Amino acid sequence: MEKQQLIPHLFRTEYRKITSVLCKRFGIEHIEMAEDIASDTFLLAVEVWSYKGLPENPTAWLYAVARNKAKNQLTRNAIFSEKIAGELQLHSDRSVSEIEIDLSDENISDSQLQMLFALCHPSIPVEAQIGLSLRILCGFGIEEIADAFLTNKATINKRLFRAKEKLRLEKIRIVFPDEIEIDKRLETVLTTLYLLFNEGYYSESQNEVLRNDLCLEAIRLAYLLHENDKTNTPPVNALLALMCFHSSRFEARKSNNGEVILYDDQDESLWNKELIAKGMYFLSQASKGKLLSKYHIESSIAYWHTVKADSEEKWGNILQLYNQLLILEYSPVAALNRTYALSKVKGKMTAIPEAEKINLVNNHFYFMLLGTLYENVDNEKAKMNLQSALLLAKSDTDKQVIQKKLLKFEQVF
Amino acid sequence: MEEYILIFRHEDGQKVASPEQMEIWMKQTMDWIGSITAQNKFSGGNGLPFDDSRVVKPNGVVTNGPFGDIKETIGGYIIVKADSVDEAVEFAKGCPVLQGEGNSVEVRKIAKGDGVH
Repeated sequence: MEKQQLIPHLFRTEYRKITSVLCKRFGIEHIEMAEDIASDTFLLAVEVWSYKGLPENPTAWLYAVARNKAKNQLTRNAIFSEKIAGELQLHSDRSVSEIEIDLSDENISDSQLQMLFALCHPSIPVEAQIGLSLRILCGFGIEEIADAFLTNKATINKRLFRAKEKLRLEKIRIVFPDEIEIDKRLETVLTTLYLLFNEGYYSESQNEVLRNDLCLEAIRLAYLLHENDKTNTPPVNALLALMCFHSSRFEARKSNNGEVILYDDQDESLWNKELIAKGMYFLSQASKGKLLSKYHIESSIAYWHTVKADSEEKWGNILQLYNQLLILEYSPVAALNRTYALSKVKGKMTAIPEAEKINLVNNHFYFMLLGTLYENVDNEKAKMNLQSALLLAKSDTDKQVIQKKLLKFEQVF
Repeated sequence: MEEYILIFRHEDGQKVASPEQMEIWMKQTMDWIGSITAQNKFSGGNGLPFDDSRVVKPNGVVTNGPFGDIKETIGGYIIVKADSVDEAVEFAKGCPVLQGEGNSVEVRKIAKGDGVH
């Protein structure tokens, strides 16, 4: 790998490891110090490598520098020695100069997972959880995070600052939650990863690479949970399956000029078979145990969508799964999708009155559904509904899709 | 918004359905509940299995199940949110239990526990 590419690449993969290990060592109250040391390490790498050339083992070089910087920090900072290093000595009976910074694979992986639990603590708002995870555990820049959330750097900086304050105030510990607590805490972590994935999958950001990265990072973090025995639970596997099934359609859902291609119009030969196979594997792992989480249901729905051809079996199953999902947790999207599935199973004449009862008059997806259902039943009504949808749609992508549908009506009818 | 309980009354609880028939009913029931849930009007519900059922009478008399001298049984219930009893009745009309002859769905308002009811 060329040097110009190597440093950003290493930043992505190693920054989070160094930060997690240091932060775990120092405690969450010194999260900024851990970040600073990690950043300084990379700054030094850029500087030194540009005139000395690449070291033989760049990762080992980074770890060595980070380790030294951390030790120096511990030794130099007088207040710190008193407050923290003093305690460390009590616990470990070692002098400051002997303090070990453990950058072994095992400790890196444990530290990252424990950080994930700390950052996804229920005491901080979920948006801040996602932002912090992106910064600390995915090595994203503030600008990238701002881009992903469609906001500016100042807002993100403020959000992250407040979240870190909160972590400090609450004295969140960087440890694995107790066995009795772990399922509950995992729930918050999974919600964050689910939203992080959705942020990438449904984001309005035009930055395609960034959006795919968000999804891949969500998968990577979920995979960390899968790899550890303590956190390899059925819902974790179900969420991983869901992410794999959705990601399999990445290539197929955008045309060369960046337009969205809807599911029905996608070229299924572009669907990623490897990801579908992985999804099936995780789904089978998820079926161990008795717990049926919403991720189980959603990944099963996503599984049926990897079968392109319409069949009674496919839509019958999807309808039953949406029924279950709604009973478990109502959401407008699930209500609308359920009604679409109903039209596939029982026909449009049954689905139309059911759709109209949903009556979500502020939701453009509601009118898009009615537009779809009325097509070839009452084209005037179909058009009217699509026009209502267009008025309510906020994102350019959605407007594009609706306009395309409307255009079809003008031509054909 | 009020809450109403829809109680499924079966005329004869001793009838045994085939597994295939049970599966069809199950699907119909899920579709019916799904439709109410899609409107965000579903509060909860449960089936009441006949196994392990008892009837307790005065003086410590306990009989196995409600199937003896009384024929009618309750098979389950759901609780819905509705603006009026009429809306709740509309939900009840779609209940698959009504396909069985003699069966009925009883619609009752749930007291709010606000000191008035």
